[in-house]
Amino acid sequence: MNSTEKYNAYMTIVRKEVRRYMRIWTQTLLPSAITMSLYFIIFGSLIGSRIGEMGGFTYMQFVVPGLIMMAIVTNSYANVVSSFYGAKFNHSVEELLVSPTPNYIVLLGYVTGGVTRGLLVAIVVTLVSLFFTHLHIHNIWVVIAIVLLTSTLFSLAGFINAVYANSFDDISIVPTFVLTPLTYLGGVFYSMDLLPDFWAAVSRLNPLVYVVNAFRYGVLGVSDVSQGFAFGMLALFTGVAFFYCMHLLNTGKRLRQ
Amino acid sequence: MLPALTIENLTKTYDNGFQALKGISLTVAQGDFYALLGPNGAGKSTTIGILCSLVNKSAGRVQVFDADIDVDFPAAKKYIGIVPQEFNFNIFEKPFDIIANQGGYYGMPRALAEERAEKYLKALGIWDKRDTPSRALSGGMKRRLMIARALVHEPKLLILDEPTAGVDIEMRRSMWEFLKRINAEGTTIILTTHYLEEAEALCRHVGIINHGEIVENTSIRELLRQLQREVFILDCVDALPADFAIEGFVTRRMDDHCLEVEVEKGQAINQVFASLDRQGVQIASMRNRANRLEEMFVKLVEGAA
Repeated sequence: MNSTEKYNAYMTIVRKEVRRYMRIWTQTLLPSAITMSLYFIIFGSLIGSRIGEMGGFTYMQFVVPGLIMMAIVTNSYANVVSSFYGAKFNHSVEELLVSPTPNYIVLLGYVTGGVTRGLLVAIVVTLVSLFFTHLHIHNIWVVIAIVLLTSTLFSLAGFINAVYANSFDDISIVPTFVLTPLTYLGGVFYSMDLLPDFWAAVSRLNPLVYVVNAFRYGVLGVSDVSQGFAFGMLALFTGVAFFYCMHLLNTGKRLRQ
Repeated sequence: MLPALTIENLTKTYDNGFQALKGISLTVAQGDFYALLGPNGAGKSTTIGILCSLVNKSAGRVQVFDADIDVDFPAAKKYIGIVPQEFNFNIFEKPFDIIANQGGYYGMPRALAEERAEKYLKALGIWDKRDTPSRALSGGMKRRLMIARALVHEPKLLILDEPTAGVDIEMRRSMWEFLKRINAEGTTIILTTHYLEEAEALCRHVGIINHGEIVENTSIRELLRQLQREVFILDCVDALPADFAIEGFVTRRMDDHCLEVEVEKGQAINQVFASLDRQGVQIASMRNRANRLEEMFVKLVEGAA
């Protein structure tokens, strides 16, 4: 395939993915807006008003970046894992496998689908948050970079989960038992400074800590971790996940016999 | 002229140790209509899976026109259109989108892919269903949708894995006509089927595969020539005489108006009619008892078992 043909194939996958989640927007975009509104009301307004300041900001301002990032992580992951596993389940993935579309284009197409859904949900949640608090952006480039890196990383992770999944139950195990706990323990609702030294050290093994804090830095200008280290770790995880996805596609593991 | 397909010593051993292909070799000429026949589990679908990259081969060489799959699989894939045995499209998508997307996967610009989707949905007679969710299509329509999808990039080699399974007679006939037409227009076709009359009606050459080995690879005409015996059923205008017999032929009286006659290789069927004429028996119609190719197929497969 020449570069124009590859671009056409890539755009076909992206168009299909975007149309898929837009067609079922009540299942893909709306739930995050409702869930985050509840978080804002309960943790931000009701409980947050009694907590006072955290990191020099109102509790509502403190939790908003983490909640936006939580929506990006879960949506980019969910989009790729459900879409690619669905294609595996109904065998329509064979439409791609028999075509001359290179494996990296297949991967980029699905990841772009996950990233765009993550971005769309992030915009929706940010708009909802403006009903509850005032936000200013400390560093827009950090915000953009961290959002793109994070949604890419979790789209890739969703792809890996989809390749290994044998049933629809398998695609909910990781989000339920891994992603959600790591997100809740990733400093969305509290500062690392509040934890005893031991648990603060343990928390630093959680990759979501770097995601949440890097994004919080971009929005509020405060962070519990070094920005350079956070970006370095994210880039490393993303690189490893990308090459592992390519390995799965190139060997045809669980996709070809 | 390069063959459309060349397979040399192709083997496939699955992870569980089952050897599905034991070094098969075959060649399909450009423009041919080729039947790949064999009982269930013989290795037909494995062979097709390797051609379209859904199955990784263990050893051997496959070349599609000028493209060796080990050297340039994407080029080989461009030559091939595949209609699989099982439905493998998203049942929530509409036929038009399924076909246009497939065009995109082959690198076609959207406008061209949509143009081709319209062309082939119309050619297969399902244009009026273009916006119906594909889960709502009948079995025959789903089969035709998969044929239209396989043709969107206008492949030079079309491979159909049991395309008429579960399709009613009228629709099967219309699919035969369509396949004959595109074959006449230059598309090489490889067909697997369990309906041997289908292979006999459509194909010029046949490969019979059994237990992962090619047991026959020849023209349909040559294969049928190997038949030693044919059985004809004759329907008579009036009731047969009680002492009826045809000298030199084994006959069976099915009822008063129906007769079976066995004709061995080398015997002339004219003798049968001459004898019938002498005895004043008028024949209304005549047909083969069983599909001739089926008889040969059973013989070859049982012989190799």
